[in-house]
Amino acid sequence: MPSPKRIGKIEFGLLSPKEIREMSVRKIIWADTYDDDGFPYPQGLMDLNLGVIDPGLRCKTCDQKASECPGHFGHIELAKPVIHVGYTRLIRKLLRVSCRACGRLLLSLDELEKVFGTEDDLTGDQVSEKDIKKERICPHCGEQQLKINFEKPTTFSEVLVEEGKKVEHKLTPADIRARLEKIPDEDLVPLGINPKVARPEWTVLTVLPVPPVTMRPSIILENGQRSEDDLTHKLVDIIRINQRFKENQDAGAPQLIIEDLWELLQYHVTTYLDNEVAGCPPARHRSGRPLKTLSQRLKGKDGRFRGSLSGKRVNFSARTVISPDPNISVTEVGVPRAIANEMTIPVHVTPYNIDELKQMARNGPSRQTVNAPCGANYVIRPDNRRLRLADGNLDTVTDMIEPGWTVERQLRDGDVVLFNRQPSLHRMSIMAHRVKVVEGRTFRLNPAVCPPYNADFDGDEMNLHIPQTEEARAEAYILISVEENILSPRFGGPIIGGIHDHVSGIFMLTHGMRYFTKEEMLYLLRFTKIEHLPQKVKEENGVELWSNKQVFSQILPSELNMVFHASSCQNCETCKKELCERDAYVRIFDGKLESGTIDKKAIGAFDGQIVNRIIRQYGMRRAAEFIDDLTKLSIRAIMLDGFSFGIDDEDLSKTEYGQIEDVLKNATLDVERRIKIYEDGQLEPMPGRTVEETLEMQIMQVLGKARDLTGQIAGRHLGLTNSAVVMAVSGARGSMLNLTQMAGCIGQQSVRGERIVRGYDDRTLPHFRKGDRGSDAHGFIKHSYKGGLNPTEFFFHAIGGREGLVDTAVRTSQSGYLQRRMINALQDLKVAYDGTVRTTGGRIIQFQYGEDGTDPTKSAFGDPVDVKGIVESILKEEV
Amino acid sequence: MVPDHTIMSEDEVRTLLAHYNITTEQLPKIFHDDPAVKAINAKVDDVIRVVRISHTAGRAESYRLVIRRPKK
Ligand SMILES: [Mg+2]
Ligand SMILES: [Zn+2]
Ligand SMILES: [Zn+2]
Ligand SMILES: [Zn+2]
Repeated sequence: MPSPKRIGKIEFGLLSPKEIREMSVRKIIWADTYDDDGFPYPQGLMDLNLGVIDPGLRCKTCDQKASECPGHFGHIELAKPVIHVGYTRLIRKLLRVSCRACGRLLLSLDELEKVFGTEDDLTGDQVSEKDIKKERICPHCGEQQLKINFEKPTTFSEVLVEEGKKVEHKLTPADIRARLEKIPDEDLVPLGINPKVARPEWTVLTVLPVPPVTMRPSIILENGQRSEDDLTHKLVDIIRINQRFKENQDAGAPQLIIEDLWELLQYHVTTYLDNEVAGCPPARHRSGRPLKTLSQRLKGKDGRFRGSLSGKRVNFSARTVISPDPNISVTEVGVPRAIANEMTIPVHVTPYNIDELKQMARNGPSRQTVNAPCGANYVIRPDNRRLRLADGNLDTVTDMIEPGWTVERQLRDGDVVLFNRQPSLHRMSIMAHRVKVVEGRTFRLNPAVCPPYNADFDGDEMNLHIPQTEEARAEAYILISVEENILSPRFGGPIIGGIHDHVSGIFMLTHGMRYFTKEEMLYLLRFTKIEHLPQKVKEENGVELWSNKQVFSQILPSELNMVFHASSCQNCETCKKELCERDAYVRIFDGKLESGTIDKKAIGAFDGQIVNRIIRQYGMRRAAEFIDDLTKLSIRAIMLDGFSFGIDDEDLSKTEYGQIEDVLKNATLDVERRIKIYEDGQLEPMPGRTVEETLEMQIMQVLGKARDLTGQIAGRHLGLTNSAVVMAVSGARGSMLNLTQMAGCIGQQSVRGERIVRGYDDRTLPHFRKGDRGSDAHGFIKHSYKGGLNPTEFFFHAIGGREGLVDTAVRTSQSGYLQRRMINALQDLKVAYDGTVRTTGGRIIQFQYGEDGTDPTKSAFGDPVDVKGIVESILKEEV
Repeated sequence: MVPDHTIMSEDEVRTLLAHYNITTEQLPKIFHDDPAVKAINAKVDDVIRVVRISHTAGRAESYRLVIRRPKK
């Protein structure tokens, strides 16, 4: 391997006309490409000196065949100079900072020193247009300067004042070139230009390089016709106009015609360089499609940089819609049979696997069921010839297979594959799973791995990549398998865990005390590997009964000891511990759940206290098993009782509706009372606020309290028999606020944290009196979603809702841009063995990773050591 | 608010470079006209020790090489 080299410097310069002529192998004068026999014209655009693309011909410059000749540049001598569009801003700057007569920089030596500094002075900046006063007198020759106007795309003009009137005088590219030539070398340095590699007059072209044919090959259509590349089309235009221009010039045509032709030549050269310049109609193909010229080849998403260099398309990948399957492991991915049959893994034939591989080859390419053994699609001979396996040739090809051949076998259960969902924002967006071939057309994944991918099943698609070598597979499995990524480096806790129904299900299973019969026990635990049911806790009327906490304990590792508060804990002043009426005090003693309810805090993604402890105590693999068991148990638990939600789950009784109405009526009256105080001028402003602000705050407070009160009233009626309450309390989805809004009162709608004030003069809608400060005139919704909104309320709700949508849209685009910038800046940094963070060049970024050298993945929610957890797990007591 | 900046002695710099097995070029940089550099009157090619209060480590040391600010 070549040793790495350090880049000393990079030089950016312009091609001089001399260099262009020197690198050219041929002067191009004819606009034609091929003659009638299909042979390239000499000195035409496809001249054989420029390289060859047709097989059979040889390059006249390097004498190589079509595939070997790299191509060579030619050149066109332009009849008159034209401006290079890419440098118009530089030209404008140079014209404005240099004298129109002597070409010197329009600064005296003292002024220059003030801006640029001296040799040994460390401060100072490069001279910019702003440093030079407009229309001044040249300090060197005393010439009065004129204002330079620039009009897109390539027109420059001077403004003369004749008889008090302003007259624009156009500068031709030749005039401009002459002026740029006059700028002396030493005046270019303060402008940031190195005259050795970039004389300013080279920004005005006198000779145009003709790119090699290899970068603009013509293609032959089905009907035998040649179709030329867009660049060739453009070069044809340039040569035609250039030729006509020369003829007219030689014939002494009138100035007007010369000017027109000059402008036309400028247009063609401009669009040849960039076909999307402002103020310039794009050159089009006969079909009306704009031509893809030089700049368009590089720019944009499909351009050379973003499309061909930083991003490439890959083989051995598949993409389809995803759907959930709680019965497969979190470490698995369900792959449709159609995809598994198409995708292959190359296996080298050795004496040890030849029988197995021959059988695969004999099975052929069409596997009929998911349980059938996998087949093979291709075999590769030692001379790298590929033989396709088809129904007709299975036996003949199979009999030829010997050690040294390669068989491309189909995907089968257990293969390691990479699974990915865009946007790939963190490393858990690509994880290695094990294949499970399934029927159907979608990828299947366990819902517990949705959080790291941020996936849901509303039509999301995901990508699958098949590593092709043993090394790649080993690396994928050891470094990025799901088991290795349960802990997130983002917060040092588990990112994989129960979601939605897992949380509701495990909550309903473990809440309070329940007893199950043997049948129910077997139904719940059928998936586990336990051989005996635990000791029954009691017997009633001859029926053996087991407790719900026993059921959950079956999936816990046996030496687990922990104490914590569940999501439903209200943080009471003094915790009643085991006697908590919400059953929120979770205590696990030697792998047995003694008290408490299992919910989001215990097993949820992002929280997962139990999952976290299992990882620390038993490792990632055991944690993955636990999550698998948990998803299966919780789904069975939720199915045992059934779980659904309907419109009548939001119903309250007459008493509650009466109470809610009272609360809202009182709130409205209270608001009116406060407005009255304000209007009487009696309101005492709060420190640092105006009277109006004070009133607004009071109103918001009163109405907020009223909304919360309706929620409490509704909550009194809706207990744990209500599915929405179960979801809110367990942390599965939603909150009591959602329930308040459904059953009680939606409350104040706001824009930028304030009541809605926009609209007409002094009022939000024509339905209200001018100056009305009441609750309903400024977006308070006193109805519930169940009860239904009145028209003004509906309108205010739409206003509040729109703000939320705009916020999300703006946030995602901003964070996406920030993410790209961060990744570009940080992508090559690594932690060296001495704990420093370094660039690839060995430059130090941090002297100790994160300043404390702690891997956030292995931290306990950010702290280097989880002291409390360790002590508790040994003492088996809360500390 | 401003972290503590001090100029390191030649001896200290030698030990620092040896400890990380680097040349001064591999150190993080700071411009010569940075207010913190001017305040302690450090010159180009000096190495400055910066001591910050750190969220993770409590106190974190870092070192920067003073360089000439390139012209804009
Ligand atoms: Mg979606
Ligand atoms: Zn060649
Ligand atoms: Zn002058
Ligand atoms: Zn509690």
